[in-house]
Amino acid sequence: MAMNKFNVFHWHIVDDPSFPYLSRTFPQLSQQGAYHPYTHVYTPADVKMVIEFGRLRGIRVIPEFDTPGHTQSWGKGQKDLLTPCYSGSKPSGTFGPVNPILNTTYDFMSQFFKEISTVFPDAYIHLGGDEVDFSCWKSNPDIQKFMEQQGFGQDFTKLESFYIQKLLDIVATTQKGYMIWQEVFDNGVKLKADTVVHVWIGGGANDEMAKVTGAGYTTILSAPWYLDYISYAQDWQKYYKVEPLNFNGTDEQKKLVIGGEACLWGEYVDATNLTPRLWPRASAVAERLWSDKGVTDINDAFNRLSVHRCRMVERGIPAEPLFSSYCPREYRGV
Amino acid sequence: MEAIMCMLSSGRCTPTHLYLLLLIIIALGFHTVEGVWPLPQTVTTSPERYPLNSQAFYFGYGRQSAAKPGCSVLDAAFKRYFSLIFQDYTSGNGPLRFNENKPFTVEVSVDHDDCESYPNEDSSERYNLSVYAGKAFLNAETVWGAVRGLESFSQLVYQDEYGSYFVNKTEINDFPRFKFRGILLDTSRHYLPVTAILKTLDAMAYSKFNVFHWHIVDDPSFPYQSSTFPDLSSKGAFHLMTHIYTQSDVRRVISHARLWGIRVIPEFDSPGHTQSWGKGQPDLLTPCYRSSTPSGTFGPVNPVLPSTYQFMTKLFKEVSSVFPDSYIHLGGDEVDFGCWKSNPDVRAFMQKMGFGGDFLKLEAFYMESIVNITSALNKTSIVWQDVFDYHEQIPKDTVLHIWKGTGYKAELSRITKAGMRVVLAAPWYINHITYGQDWRNSYTVQPLDFSGTDEQKKLVIGGEVAMWGEYVDATNLHPRLWPRASAGAERLWSDEQQTSSVDKAFPRLQDFRCLLVRRGIRAEPLFVGHCKHEYQGI
Repeated sequence: MAMNKFNVFHWHIVDDPSFPYLSRTFPQLSQQGAYHPYTHVYTPADVKMVIEFGRLRGIRVIPEFDTPGHTQSWGKGQKDLLTPCYSGSKPSGTFGPVNPILNTTYDFMSQFFKEISTVFPDAYIHLGGDEVDFSCWKSNPDIQKFMEQQGFGQDFTKLESFYIQKLLDIVATTQKGYMIWQEVFDNGVKLKADTVVHVWIGGGANDEMAKVTGAGYTTILSAPWYLDYISYAQDWQKYYKVEPLNFNGTDEQKKLVIGGEACLWGEYVDATNLTPRLWPRASAVAERLWSDKGVTDINDAFNRLSVHRCRMVERGIPAEPLFSSYCPREYRGV
Repeated sequence: MEAIMCMLSSGRCTPTHLYLLLLIIIALGFHTVEGVWPLPQTVTTSPERYPLNSQAFYFGYGRQSAAKPGCSVLDAAFKRYFSLIFQDYTSGNGPLRFNENKPFTVEVSVDHDDCESYPNEDSSERYNLSVYAGKAFLNAETVWGAVRGLESFSQLVYQDEYGSYFVNKTEINDFPRFKFRGILLDTSRHYLPVTAILKTLDAMAYSKFNVFHWHIVDDPSFPYQSSTFPDLSSKGAFHLMTHIYTQSDVRRVISHARLWGIRVIPEFDSPGHTQSWGKGQPDLLTPCYRSSTPSGTFGPVNPVLPSTYQFMTKLFKEVSSVFPDSYIHLGGDEVDFGCWKSNPDVRAFMQKMGFGGDFLKLEAFYMESIVNITSALNKTSIVWQDVFDYHEQIPKDTVLHIWKGTGYKAELSRITKAGMRVVLAAPWYINHITYGQDWRNSYTVQPLDFSGTDEQKKLVIGGEVAMWGEYVDATNLHPRLWPRASAGAERLWSDEQQTSSVDKAFPRLQDFRCLLVRRGIRAEPLFVGHCKHEYQGI
């Protein structure tokens, strides 16, 4: 990252499949939720090391604790956190998103984010809020009752907003700013003025950028830069050609685009293929985010990126090739 | 996990924890034997299991074995497989084990003493493996079969939660469905260091691949250092010192492959794909013309000059002696006629030979000459399907390599109908990456699903997984090759009916992938999940 002047590491640290973050307030989260409680966890020392390693390179570390969806692994170590789904009138044994109607949920979140705010020094925390599947909430009779009481009808986006609102208020008391995925904005949740909205949904991203900045929020763009979507041949070019400010808006609006983020989601990625898949494709994004808007000559970029790629290889980063070519010093690892 | 944790921490154990612990221990005893990839033809297993101890584990030769101590292939294999089986083994004293030092011997017997030979197109890879208490019997016709059997045995051994090694009572009778199971590497688009090639050979052996198709030179670079024509690499390689394969490098690859029972088939592709050849061999390539003057660029090999055939004869004489396999790949694909057409000497030659305006006839003339050269050297030629498609007159024992994606089933019918043997690569161009679990596409290929008689189907001698090098070098070769190539490996080795379910294959391939990682191969993940031992590199 530092070789490419990236300056933010967005650590999507936990999600449905596993919970590797070892929390000192709730150690059972990783004890029960990690793939393995010893070999597949990040201890407080590990986290400190990453943060300091980043700091020395001028890289901010922004953790993401994505809720209320994407939380299957949280429920393993925290009973009653997730919503029990119902099959007819009986619990089905499976669980859904975080349960938004229990006070214990918010007690937990308070304590949890209190810890997070002390562990991670950056001014921002990413709170997620994406892809919430309503079917489990719908099936649960307690939730149905709650919806009635609150006058939400059958509109579960209102319940989602209810949850997020309370969560944001909790996090605000820790003096942190927050980043959220675009759905939270799209669903009309009341956000703090300094909230950063993360635009990720492909197709319609330009309209979304216009809408978000039009509402006065700062935003970062990821939608065209999902590097986990691999394809054959030189796909770095399509990342390079993106112009983040190519949407209908005033200059004031465009100032609210504080940057962008290349994403490498992990469904098909681990240490065996992470580095060649990230580099040098992410370098195309790096130039787009650092350099002047007018730097768009793709042939010139090819020549320079080829050199830059070999430079990364020489420095021990197995960045994959752009096309048929060679580096004076090839990668020596296996 | 929870149960074990409770014992190791503050002793806050409840009865349910201990009961769970017991259940876990019992459950782990039933290790699934479908842990062998590719799936053997017949496997019978039992829950009865035997402990293995690295301090008392032996490989030995059966009394009736034709191969004896001193057999290079098996001695090397025993050494390799010991380390592969006992991953935790260090040469010092290990921690105290709770089981007694019961010795375990794997007794290997081979029918033919082919230790000092090279594997060939007819080599039997059949083996029987019987695992009992304290003893396993591995019988094979050839040492190559024994190596295949040792690989299977190494995949039967597993560790429990405490690190103790076990193997279950097992009976395996196995042989490959197809005799030709290859991987193609391209060292011209990008130079691959020798270590990367050797690592690939190791990983190939773990999946029982037995042919390394070395597409060694092409347009972009000529890394093969020829002793007869040293200028080819000194002028045609990316760098004449750092990006070449010396004769010694080539020998190293061939001998490393031999110990794994892997044949090395080199490809010197012509008349197209030869830009780099012209750098060190002036007058080899056809000068292209712009109307009546040379344009300065060059096209395919010049088929009209006698010097071309003198050169090719000398080159292939050297290649034939350097590479011991009886097969040579001559290429013959994607010849662009534009340059030939533009050259007046070529056009004059066409007239003289009565080819008229049909450049296919000229290409045929060239390829037939090359195949004659290699036939005279007692080699069997493999060529790309283009050579057959363009009606060239080639010896009946030439093998055709089917690579064109669209209509490959029709091509299989056509070529086998003409009585010629084929190797199928078309559905296994895994250099074409896509998002998601594309290993399933490789797995569900049915190589014999084309219209033809049984006799025709016998002519399909096997298949090949291709990793062309336009976008691949040592930085991303291994994660891109593995474990996706292993899907093709099972298709080529195992019985198709027993391996028709992708869903059943998924957990097995996940386990196999973790085994590859444990053995130091950077095999990428199939999907969300984890391995007990993750890859520790960057």
